Amino acid sequence: MTSPAKIKTIKGETGDWEIVIGMEVHAQVTSNAKLFSGASTEFGAEPNSQVSFIDAGFPGMLPVINEKCVEQAVRTGLGLKARINLRSIFDRKNYFFPDLPQGYQISQYKDPIVGEGEVTIDLKDGESIKVGIERLHLEQDAGKSLHDQSPDSSFVDLNRSGVALMEIVSKPHMRTSEEAAAFLKKLRAIVRYLGTCDGNMDEGSMRCEIKNVNSMRFVQMAIEHEARRQIEVIEGGGAIVQETRRYDSKANETRSMRAKEDAHDYRYFPDPDLLPLELEQAWVDAIAATLPELPDEKKARFMAQGLSAYDASVLVAERELADFYEDLARGVDAKAAANWLNNEILGRPNRDGLSITQVPVGAAANNAIIQMVSDKTISGKIAKDLLDIVWTEGGDPRQVVEARGLRQVTDTGAIDAAIEAVIAANPDKVEEVKAKPKLAAWFVGQVMKQTGGKANPAAVNAALKTRLNLPDEG
Amino acid sequence: MSDLVSMTLAEARDAVRAKKISSRELTGAFVAAIEQARPLNAYITETADRALAMADAADKRIAAGTPGALEGLPLAIKDLFCTKGVRTTAASRILGDFVPPYESTVTQNLWDAGAVMLGKTNLDEFAMGSSNETSAFGPVLNPWRAQDSNQNLVPGGSSGGSSAAVAADLCLAATGTDTGGSIRQPAAVTGRVGLKPTYGRCSRFGIVAFASSLDQAGPMTKTVRDAAILLTSMASVDPKDSASVDLAVPDCEKLLDGGIKGLRVGIPKEYRVEGAAAETDALWSKGADWLKAQGAEIVEVSLPHTKYALPTYYIVAPAEASSNLARYDGVRFGHRAKDVRDIIDLYEKSRGEGFGAEVQRRILIGTYVLSAGYYDAYYARAQKLRTLIKRDFDQAYEKCDVLLTPATPSPAFAVGAKTTDPLEMYLQDVFTVTVNLAGLPGITVPAGLTANGLPLGLQLIGKAFDEGVLLRAALALETAADFKHSPAKWWTA
Repeated sequence: MTSPAKIKTIKGETGDWEIVIGMEVHAQVTSNAKLFSGASTEFGAEPNSQVSFIDAGFPGMLPVINEKCVEQAVRTGLGLKARINLRSIFDRKNYFFPDLPQGYQISQYKDPIVGEGEVTIDLKDGESIKVGIERLHLEQDAGKSLHDQSPDSSFVDLNRSGVALMEIVSKPHMRTSEEAAAFLKKLRAIVRYLGTCDGNMDEGSMRCEIKNVNSMRFVQMAIEHEARRQIEVIEGGGAIVQETRRYDSKANETRSMRAKEDAHDYRYFPDPDLLPLELEQAWVDAIAATLPELPDEKKARFMAQGLSAYDASVLVAERELADFYEDLARGVDAKAAANWLNNEILGRPNRDGLSITQVPVGAAANNAIIQMVSDKTISGKIAKDLLDIVWTEGGDPRQVVEARGLRQVTDTGAIDAAIEAVIAANPDKVEEVKAKPKLAAWFVGQVMKQTGGKANPAAVNAALKTRLNLPDEG
Repeated sequence: MSDLVSMTLAEARDAVRAKKISSRELTGAFVAAIEQARPLNAYITETADRALAMADAADKRIAAGTPGALEGLPLAIKDLFCTKGVRTTAASRILGDFVPPYESTVTQNLWDAGAVMLGKTNLDEFAMGSSNETSAFGPVLNPWRAQDSNQNLVPGGSSGGSSAAVAADLCLAATGTDTGGSIRQPAAVTGRVGLKPTYGRCSRFGIVAFASSLDQAGPMTKTVRDAAILLTSMASVDPKDSASVDLAVPDCEKLLDGGIKGLRVGIPKEYRVEGAAAETDALWSKGADWLKAQGAEIVEVSLPHTKYALPTYYIVAPAEASSNLARYDGVRFGHRAKDVRDIIDLYEKSRGEGFGAEVQRRILIGTYVLSAGYYDAYYARAQKLRTLIKRDFDQAYEKCDVLLTPATPSPAFAVGAKTTDPLEMYLQDVFTVTVNLAGLPGITVPAGLTANGLPLGLQLIGKAFDEGVLLRAALALETAADFKHSPAKWWTA
């Protein structure tokens, strides 16, 4: 592992350019209630149905911190191996906007709840790099302006107003759009493992600036476009101005939203309605004690069980997948289990539009199939057929094997009979195989066919060798 | 009738509870008095029907033998407290006809104790002022006039409607709020008692915010005992206010007993300010003598950062106000300007039309002191000074238990006398703002009349959450001063 990454550049007209990328990610805190009010946070409700007088900025209303959101921020900080600040301060960020009812957003400015940490990201070429975390702070989300409801007025939906967000700021440690995408994926995996954010970008649970970037693929495209744009500007003799840009996914380009001259003076100051947030180390320690095994630790454990780095990182990318794998691999060879999952299972849910938790053949049933292969109850070929059967028709794999007579035949009498039948039907091939021992494979196939695929291939091989007097290496 | 309305809260409580009078009779007397006193402009909204209905309900509870602590007692509520179903204005046009769908914690506590609401009293707009002249509903007149004078005087501010209502017998007692002196100064210039409790004692929930770190609700009453009674019901530990301190509320009336023998009373030398009337200084010395005569020990103390208190206050309070008042944008409630081009125009016109000059001035000051490039020079330094001012008190309280100071630099002044000079108006708060900056409890007690017959008060400042000692010292002062004066009811003529 190296940190920061080895030098990576992209070519411009006048030379090579190094892209330096830092990220700010907004992650919605998983909690039933908002950051400073008791209103619900459920997604997709009727407009303005989940709004308290606090969220609507009514006179005399006061914010009261939701302990659950604080706990989630601390949990996330611990998952990012970050420093937890036992004293943090909520500030007001003042600006006027119709969907900002109080006229200020309660955020954390100088004293965030979480300080420096780090995330290890895995790249396709097997390289792992560390990306520093600068800070994580809690803040309120704003509401939403709706401009398409009426030709002459705009509407405001305050359901999101006051929902708790974690703003996670990375250090500028990334050098390619691939690294940026990998960082986001890893961050998403960590918060999902922790249960602190559901990571659904399209519901607005995770967002990324450049503004308006709402999928992982768009993140990568937006960065690539923006890097090209900046190189062209500099090579053309121009200078990059500090500004906020907005990504248009249809045109695949970024456009200026706000130049620095228009930058708001947010007049940050400590929110006088809220006392400084003071945490006790013992409380933080209690949260730390309940952290689940995180992707990196899980990956290391899977590798220790014999999986490749690649297989392990695919499996730990989603907690549900890792859990599925672990149930599936219980008591069987790890590598065989991972291969089965990768080759036989993972293609199917995508094809059928299912998530791993929705597949019709659960981890336990798959585990039974793998066990039957490993104890030679069934052949690998039959295992695939069996999976097809239980996938479409349901049923317990062991019962299906018994009911349909799919057990592998190791009875030499039955195998010998099948061999005799194949020899009797193909005298010419018997002559050929004596000259070309490689034809033995053809005989194996025929015998397997004769036994309906149930014969143990190893037993067939051995019996054929004896019967046809073939050399061992054949 | 006049006997009924001139009763103290304690006398009325005892009479109602003993069924000597009904709440209905008492409330009816106040409703009539309020009608007659409309020239004072003390109330923005009178709620006579509601008051009488509440009185009837109270009488039923008394008959049933289940009276609350304030059962059937008619009170006036400063129109900064949100009252469910009753228009709440903060004396500003910007709130329009806003009717809160919720009740403030303090007023809810009062209704839970059986109190009756007579109406909502006038105030300086958003509680910003010291004379009740910034109200969008017009100035309140002080019931007091100087001897042989018909000149209208201000009732102090910002709780000027409440102070006038208490002094003119238009309620048994009233609620006020105090951000820099808004309970104590108006009480002092109307010859009545005003108590600002320790910050965190009364919930701020449902009170229209001015400066959140300074705002505190408290009682405005005829006597110290009444203040103790009313505070007991107003105060509560409220999970809806993060600044609410989790400390059980005592029965403050019981804390009045015991006298002040051995009490150490500090006299802060920095409170001898230039420009204060000679009578103010003389009364201050007399107050010290009164307490000494009852067994208190008088000690000179120093609060060295006092001279920075007003500038500090006039940075911190407007800064918070500029942000607190951002929600009045014409979008969701209150006044919305007509014929606007776009959202910015809507903001500018609604706020320009809705806020009065003093509120606009403070929003501008507050916005300025929080702006990039000025924050460190103003807001950050003011916060440092605030810490030093608090420390001054901590150090003084190593030598004494309570502080005695003047309440105001001068008695009530004429309507219009200081409206052209904001700085002179701000000087009204010179003795009171330090208490808010330090979050301490303070009380003003009427202590004498000027040569031309206007009331003057003295202020006592206590330790945080030590309202008991403060009230005991105030009672001693009240007893010695024996202030029995009331204004002539010229408005009924």
